[in-house]
Amino acid sequence: MAKLIITLDGLLLSEFELDKERITIGRKPENDIPIDNLAISGEHAAITIFNNDAFVEDLGSTNGTLVNEQPITKHVLHHGDEIEIGKYRLKYVNVEELGSKIEAHEKEAHEFEKTPTLRPNQIPTTLSGEKPTSDMMAHTIPLIMPEAARRVETTAAFGSTSAAAAESHAVIQILNGQNAGKELDLTKTLTSLGKPGVQVAVITRRPHGYFLTHVQGDHYPIVNGQPLDAHPRQLADHDVIELGGVKMEFYLK
Amino acid sequence: MDLRLALEIVSLTDSGKVRSHNEDNITTDNQAGFAILADGMGGYNAGEVASGIAVTMLANSLKTALSVGLPDQDPGLLVKSEIEKTNGAIYQTAQSQPQFSGMGTTLVCALFHDNRIIVAHVGDSRLYRYRQKGTEHSLFEQITRDHSLLQEQIDSGMISREDARLSSNKNLVTRALGVDPMVDVEVQEHEALPGDVYLLCSDGLNDMVGDEEIQLTLSVLGTNLELAVQRLVQMANDNGGRDNVSVILVRVLRHFPARRGFFAWLSAWFKK
Repeated sequence: MAKLIITLDGLLLSEFELDKERITIGRKPENDIPIDNLAISGEHAAITIFNNDAFVEDLGSTNGTLVNEQPITKHVLHHGDEIEIGKYRLKYVNVEELGSKIEAHEKEAHEFEKTPTLRPNQIPTTLSGEKPTSDMMAHTIPLIMPEAARRVETTAAFGSTSAAAAESHAVIQILNGQNAGKELDLTKTLTSLGKPGVQVAVITRRPHGYFLTHVQGDHYPIVNGQPLDAHPRQLADHDVIELGGVKMEFYLK
Repeated sequence: MDLRLALEIVSLTDSGKVRSHNEDNITTDNQAGFAILADGMGGYNAGEVASGIAVTMLANSLKTALSVGLPDQDPGLLVKSEIEKTNGAIYQTAQSQPQFSGMGTTLVCALFHDNRIIVAHVGDSRLYRYRQKGTEHSLFEQITRDHSLLQEQIDSGMISREDARLSSNKNLVTRALGVDPMVDVEVQEHEALPGDVYLLCSDGLNDMVGDEEIQLTLSVLGTNLELAVQRLVQMANDNGGRDNVSVILVRVLRHFPARRGFFAWLSAWFKK
């Protein structure tokens, strides 16, 4: 089941399951996702679910709708896409798509070799199974192209499943001390925290999430007030890690 | 000679995400100072049998030879001849029992002796060396060269190193134990320095995890080898785990000169 994760300034507000065919977002209370903010139009945007695909469309709002920082009128959502409405961010999460994408990636990489001249009119039929109208074509073609490019990227990366971890992006922000406010991007598969010889912990990036593990020292790191044991602990968005007196927050971007 | 204070050894073997059973076999001995890893091949359970014989037999014979000491004998020659004997035993078993016909195994063996590491290998199981250079830099080098069709193609210039990663005949080895009555064992000797970490692995690791990632793991988790070995196996599995994966890590904690009479020992001791 796909869902939207709604955040404001990096703070998690709520999660919304996309269990209906059409979900509306706007300032008026009768919307499925009502957001009471002046920057948001009464009827701002809608999400339509079709098979396992989701489309977001702007309903002629005053301030517009962005997806991944680009203004859109209509857009096919992919796992990890971020819809921006006013200052609110709605992240689209679809675990099923993630799984089928990895399978499709191998299959399609194969097909690409066989058919180097892929004609545009072959593409939309695979997306929805319906004969595309010329109106739909205009939207789907440019959307497919970056998708294909992304697949080429993942073949170059080592192991196909790394695509999953690459989609989400996590950050550690230091909350106190002289480095307060500093951010550390968790782009590597392994990031170490702490002082060597005193206390060290690492965050490992795995296909299904980020894990904190104690490496060295008498004291174990503390997560949300609870000390870690010898086992790795999966980090959730906005967990607070304490290590050698330094507090830091883990969050997903 | 007891090397327990000079060597820290950890190891882990896992059947991976795809295969139902594990045809790798490993054994380590930080008292005698050796580590052996074998990756078996052959139908049914024959691969396990081949790698099992290789590891057990070689470990026993090395232990016996080292317990009486290595007075004048070249340790490289000792390892070579013991591996040749092991090859004979596996070959005999494969010939005499039809259910084991065609079985074979790769092998990589590291023996630590007199401030040196003796590396012997057959096939595509590897040994890497991780060495710290100053506080910031480290060097991660593959010491063994695969006895594989792919490596031969790279050597002869038929295929580039970049294309090699995508090659389909990755797993064809040109040398293995138990396949022929004679085997050509490659033996090397290198100086071992305190702080070095040696990594022995089956192709289940290096096929799934890039060298840079292995190096990063050793540099970040080097203080905790137990965790490093778990992380390496986990990465192989996270990337698909298409094969059995085995990893042995050996850290040299201090110098380990052999005793050759009192004066030699004393002068070696002062040089430290």
